[in-house]
Formats: sequence, C-alpha cells, structure tokens
Amino acid sequence: MPRPGFVLDVDKSTPPTLFWHGEGYRLEKLPADRSRIVYAPEPHDAIDDIDGAIRHALLNPIDADPLPAQLFPGMKLTIAFDDVSLPLPKMRRPDLRQRIIEQVLTMAADAGVDDVELIAALALHRRMHDFELRHALGDRIYDAFEPRGLLTQHDAEDPDNLAFLGTTPEGEEIEINKRAAESDLLVYVNINLVAMDGGWKSTATGLASYRSLRHHHNPQTMEASHSFMDQHRSELHKSNWRMGKVMREHGPKIFQIETTLNTDTFPDPFEFLSKREWEWKAKDRGLFLASSKSLDRVPDRMARKILHGIEAPHQLTSIQAGEVEAVHKVTTENVYEQQLVEVQGQTDILTMGIPYICPYNVHSIMNPILVMCTGLGYFFNLYRGMPLVREGGVVIMTHPTPNQFHPVHHPSYIDFFEEVLADTTDPHEMSKKWERQYAEDDWYRHLYKTSYAYHGVHPFYMWYWGSHGMQHAGRVIIVGGDPTTVRKLGFVPASTLNDALEIASDTVGRHPTITHVKTPPLLIADVK
Amino acid sequence: MSSERTAAQRRALQQAQRAAGAAEELVTRATAPIRRRGFPYRAPTVPHGVTVPEEASGLGAHYDTAWARDPLPTVLRAAIVEGPIRLAARVLADPEIVGTDRLADLQRLDETPPVIFTPNHHSHLDTGLMIRSIPRQWRHKLVVAAAADYFFDARWKATLSALALNAVPIDRSSTGRRSADLTRELIDDGYSLVIYPEGGRSPDGWGQDWKGGAAYLSGRTGAPVVPVFIDGTGAIYGKGMKRPKRGRTQVVFGTPLTPAEGESTRRFGTRIHDAVATLGDEALTDYWTARQNAAAGDTPALSGPAYTGWRRDWAVADRRRRGRAGRRRVSGTRRWPDL
Repeated sequence: MPRPGFVLDVDKSTPPTLFWHGEGYRLEKLPADRSRIVYAPEPHDAIDDIDGAIRHALLNPIDADPLPAQLFPGMKLTIAFDDVSLPLPKMRRPDLRQRIIEQVLTMAADAGVDDVELIAALALHRRMHDFELRHALGDRIYDAFEPRGLLTQHDAEDPDNLAFLGTTPEGEEIEINKRAAESDLLVYVNINLVAMDGGWKSTATGLASYRSLRHHHNPQTMEASHSFMDQHRSELHKSNWRMGKVMREHGPKIFQIETTLNTDTFPDPFEFLSKREWEWKAKDRGLFLASSKSLDRVPDRMARKILHGIEAPHQLTSIQAGEVEAVHKVTTENVYEQQLVEVQGQTDILTMGIPYICPYNVHSIMNPILVMCTGLGYFFNLYRGMPLVREGGVVIMTHPTPNQFHPVHHPSYIDFFEEVLADTTDPHEMSKKWERQYAEDDWYRHLYKTSYAYHGVHPFYMWYWGSHGMQHAGRVIIVGGDPTTVRKLGFVPASTLNDALEIASDTVGRHPTITHVKTPPLLIADVK
Repeated sequence: MSSERTAAQRRALQQAQRAAGAAEELVTRATAPIRRRGFPYRAPTVPHGVTVPEEASGLGAHYDTAWARDPLPTVLRAAIVEGPIRLAARVLADPEIVGTDRLADLQRLDETPPVIFTPNHHSHLDTGLMIRSIPRQWRHKLVVAAAADYFFDARWKATLSALALNAVPIDRSSTGRRSADLTRELIDDGYSLVIYPEGGRSPDGWGQDWKGGAAYLSGRTGAPVVPVFIDGTGAIYGKGMKRPKRGRTQVVFGTPLTPAEGESTRRFGTRIHDAVATLGDEALTDYWTARQNAAAGDTPALSGPAYTGWRRDWAVADRRRRGRAGRRRVSGTRRWPDL
C-alpha cells in the first residue's frame, strides 16, 4: 500500500534534505523548528494488464461510442499524440503512446480504414528527432508510417496546412492542423503528467498555430491562472475550454484518450532520489555519494548524457477514452489522487531544487530562461488553493544557471537572453515591445519548420509562464547560480543556502518560516 | 623411386600390425583372470532358442537430460551461451532483434513466468539465434525441444546438445507421452521452452505443416506462447548446405498468446501459426501493412505459394531479397552536435 504524501516539520534530528542542483544534487540542512518539507505520495500501484486496460477503454469510452463503431472503410482517420515534452523523464519502452496507438491501428485495420495519418502535436515546440519518435511510437509504427510520409509533425507555420475553425465570444481565434481538422475522426493520445495537461489543451494548444496560441499564452492569462493545476482558477484552462466549445461545433469529431502515470520516477541506481532521506540504506548513501561526486566532476555534457539517459519506470495508473471533457474530468481526479498533498497555510520562504530537466529541454540544455520557467512557472504553480509562499515572500531555487544554450534547439532563446532581457524583465513590456518581432522572424520560423528549433516566440512564453510567480514573490534567489546570469534574469545570486536565507531576511525578517517542495517526484500542494 | 616408397609403406604397415597385435595380446593377458572366472564376472551366454528382449538404448527420446540441469552444467552452459553461441550468432547471422517490447508486461512481473517460444524453422542456426535473442529473464532457464532422432541418436551428440543448448529430446516419429510429459514438467518447474512447431528444418525455404505441441503444452501448463518469426537463416545455413555462409537475419517477437476460454488446441495452434505468419509479413513489409493484411485475410502463407517446381524456388529467392538479408546496409544516421 503506497504511503500518502506528507509534510515533515524539520527538527534537529532531521537529516539534511536532498536538493536538486541542475545536473547534480546536494544535501542541505534546513533550519530546525521553522522549516517543513513537502514529500510526494509514493507511487500508486500500476495497472498489471496494460493492454487489457487500453482495450477496455477503447471499447467502453465515456460519453462516446466504442472506437470500432466509429471506424468505417473510406474514412479519414488522424491520430495525434503528445510530443517529447511528456512524460518526464522519458518512460521505459514500450512507451504508452506506442501501446495505445498500436491498438487503435489494429482496430482501424480490422475496420478496413486505409487513410490513416499520425501527427505529433508539437504546438510551437521543436520537432522530435527520429530517435525520439521511435522511442514514443516504437519501431513498428515508425517504420510503417514515417517512410510513407504518414507520420508527420505539426507545423504551426505552414498556412497551407492550417484550418481556421472560428472565434470564441471573447475573440480568441482557433486555427489548427488542417489534416486533423478535416478528418472524420481525430484520435488524440495523451499522457497526463500534471493536472493541466490534456482536455481541450491537447488539441486547442497542441495542434494550434501562433495565431491561436497567442490568445492564452500571454502575461495576462498566466497571471490570472492561480494555478495552472487548478482548473477552476486557471485562465489558461478556461481559454482552452472556450476554444474547445468552438472546436466541438466546427471542428472534427474527437476521440480523446488520456492516461495517468504513477510517480515512479527514477530507476535503479537512482532510486534513492525518490526516497525520504531518513530511509536511505547504506546502498542509497553510497550511491548518492558516488553519483553526486561523479556528476560534479565529469564535464557538463557527460552529466547531461547520463541524466537524460534515465528512463523512468513510471507506469499506467488509469486510462480513459471518449468525449474530451468527460474524459478529462476523470483524468484530473486520478492525477490529484496520485499527487495531492495537503499543506496547512503559507510560508515566508519557498525553497526548491531545480533538476536537470523540464518539458522543454529533453535531450538538451537547461538554459537560464528554462531555469526561471521551471522554478516560477512549474514548481511555483504546483499548488491548489493558494500558493505555498505568501505574497511578497521569497522563492529560493538551487541551480548552477550557467550561461549555456543549445544552439540547435533554442536559437531564439539566445537572442532573447542577450537582447530582450537586457532591455526588460517585465512580461507585459516585453510582450508589447518584442514578442511580435521574434514570433514573425523568418530565420526562427525557418529553423522551427526545418530544423529542431523551438519557435521564435517560445522564450517569451517561458517567461510569461513564470509571470504569476514573479508577480507574487517579493524576491527570487538562486543558490549556486552564475552571478552574472542570475542578475540578468532579475534575480539575486547566492553562494550557499545560508547566504540565501540571510539575503532573504531583508524581505521576510530574521525568523521566517521555510517550506521546501521536494520534487521530483511530482506533487501538488493542496494549500488550505 | 616409387617401388622404394612402396617398400617403406609396407614396412610401416607391418610395424603397426605388430604393435596392434602386441596390444591385443596385452589386453588378452590382463583380462584372462576375469574371463577364467566367467559369469557373473562376464556377461552371461544366451541359451539357444531364447530371444533376449532388446534393451532400451538410452538414446533418442529415452536419453535422460536431467544431469544437464544440475548446477555445474548450468554454469557451464551459461558460459557457452554468453560466449561462443552469442559470438557465433552475431558473426554468422548479424541478427536484428525486434518486438521484445511486446514482452514488457511479462518482464515487469516480480516473478517472470515461463513461456513457450514458437519460431519458424529453417536452419540449425535458429536455436543459437533464439538463445542469443531471447531476453535475459528467460535465456538462462530455457530448454530447447530438439529432434530425438537427429540430436540424440549418438552419445556424443546427445551430451553436447544437452550441455550446450539444454536440449530435451522430442520424438518426431511417434506420439509417445514421454516427451510431452517431460516438457510439461519442465515448464511447471519454471523452464521456458523453445519449440519448433514445424518439427524440423524447412527442406525448401518455405514453411511446413504445423504440429500442435506448443498449443497443447500451453493449454496444459498455462504458459503463454510467444510467436517468433526468424528471417534469413535459411540463406545462411539452410537444410542441405555444407557450410554456413555469413548473412543478416531478423528475429521478430510477437505478442504473447494464451488459449481463450473453451478454445481447442487445434484452434489455438492455428492462432499461433497465424500470429507467426503475420510477424513474417511484418518482417517483409511493415507493421501497418501486416495488420491490414491480417485484417483482410491476405497475410502471405508461411508455406509459400501453392505452385510447385522451379517457380517455388524462384519465389524463395524473391522473398529472401525482400527480407533483411536482401536489404542494403545503411551507414550511420546523421548526428546533431552533442552538447
């Protein structure tokens, strides 16, 4: 029986706590009697018969006809699936997308469907490398569809392959992938890692163009989402749902397949990273020492190679298919069941260790913009109710924050860092002054379409992602970060956690309360 | 010159004969006391008019392979499997192994259950290739069903087969229970089984009729059947070839099958056969085409085209060209900067 998550009040006998520090990790001692640590629930039991569960979901959908009943000869079937940003870390093969799509294809073959296309729902993310597609879909699907041009990656900058579906009453335009829009049936295969994934966001964001995305990927929407993980208080969610209504009327028929995973995040020999420190055995301690010292000493690229090579053992805890909203309701409940941890009250200082990975640097470099986005965009938003840190409190992150960018994956990030951040760190201002220039830049557009680059506007979206956190926190400190880079982000560098607490005392006084979110594994703090 | 050589040879022959005679005399002298003492120190003589019933030879289907599963032979076999067999399979057949992800659910279980692998059979290489390809969880607790009349007809062959492959004899000529009981017991003890439902290597490069042994054993033991298609070994060391010729092969693992409620052995056997045929189609085309062909009932038969004669041989060559052996080697894929 997996143990639920819990909040540990730190006392003098509490062992030092593991903090992620980019491509490494360290142990930090939090002040006793005024600190607490939020631990994630243990991974829930996985479904044993995964293929059986998938089949059952396809044959018994929620508020929809069984999939085989919706398939007929001569139809146009499109299968869209989540891209490389999910799940994190990548899961062990066979990936769930492969298992689900193979069953969908089997049913399509049985029904005599010939016209089938697969689309990676990238939105403005970079295209997936061949090896990533193979990992997600398996060799069988890749070898069958890719050579015939039937496995494509959504191109949000190809006007000939986009279809305009309409406008919401709020004036939000909906433009999505043309093949998907003109299909008799669009099957969407989703992996839900956090509560904001899935639902109408799969299609209204994953298959959309910049024209569509700019309506909710902006500072106003992000600042009004409290948080992304709470549907009822997320403006991002509401915008996607409004778009969904238009898609329901004017778009393709959608068969949504959503899955939830348990939080079994790290395989052997990295299992200790998920364990509570006082339960570390001699082996865990040995592995921590060996791995942390090795990662500190090896070159960055080797550390990245080691860590990005991790394949998580997380497994399926639920699968549901059918009508988008009905399916997503069940999915969200299942995500909450795995990840929610009840926390009483807010704190003065929120600490978080930023790991080597976020959704936008898979097989890549965690650049300074992504450090900010992971801390203030993702980890800060891992709450329901109210933020873990009080308004005007301090957020302390640990990450080396080097001035390093992946030139192939993140070309526009480099210019954003040098040009835009030199001018302003205010999301609203940069949105007005700089966004369009980057979004419509021909070179970034070319790299997005033909290389493996994130869209030119993507660094802006990452910055907006953290705007609620920036607006809420009184000060942001990065421990161990490169001072010049950290200052350019508008944050304060500190050498050690104690230094950071000292710096924070200017804002929150001499005896602040401290809360550390120990993630990964993922959790959502249900703050009362 | 030639007469001198003949004389030398003659002398050598005489010397050898003398040496053999001396040895025989020595043995005769040494055993004389025993012979003098007669029965029971010597074998009994047989009375006239009495026929002694023929003693079981201890070979063929009667060969007892239990010794080969003792700890020492098991350790020796592990070394043989991981060393020479893997190396030979790699050097000779360069196998591409696909579809092992279909076994992920079984591998994930705390205790990996025994399974029955049912590949098609074109060559002696198939067994080595299977041992090389089968995932680690099953590889070291594996028995191979081998023809009793071929692999167990001589003591040295039987010993070698049992030691190196953990082979167990299967009687192909009669339907005795001994082989079935033995394999069933082994599966119950946790051993996985490689069994060739065709019963022997293909004589012409096409599949033969399938026997129902695997389906029967699965029904009796509950062990899932893993269909496997091996492509390319026939061209490397097919039946009738004097020596192997290096080539490339593909081993395709399928989704594990279990008999459905109330499904007869015959029907289940047909399902296994069809699954292997679909994997064969997948090896030559791709996953989606194979699925479409299977759904439409158009999967190419393992037994090949209906016609006979040279056209059948011609079709084998065509099939081999489309398989992995016939595909052009592709050089390394493009790499992005490793940052």
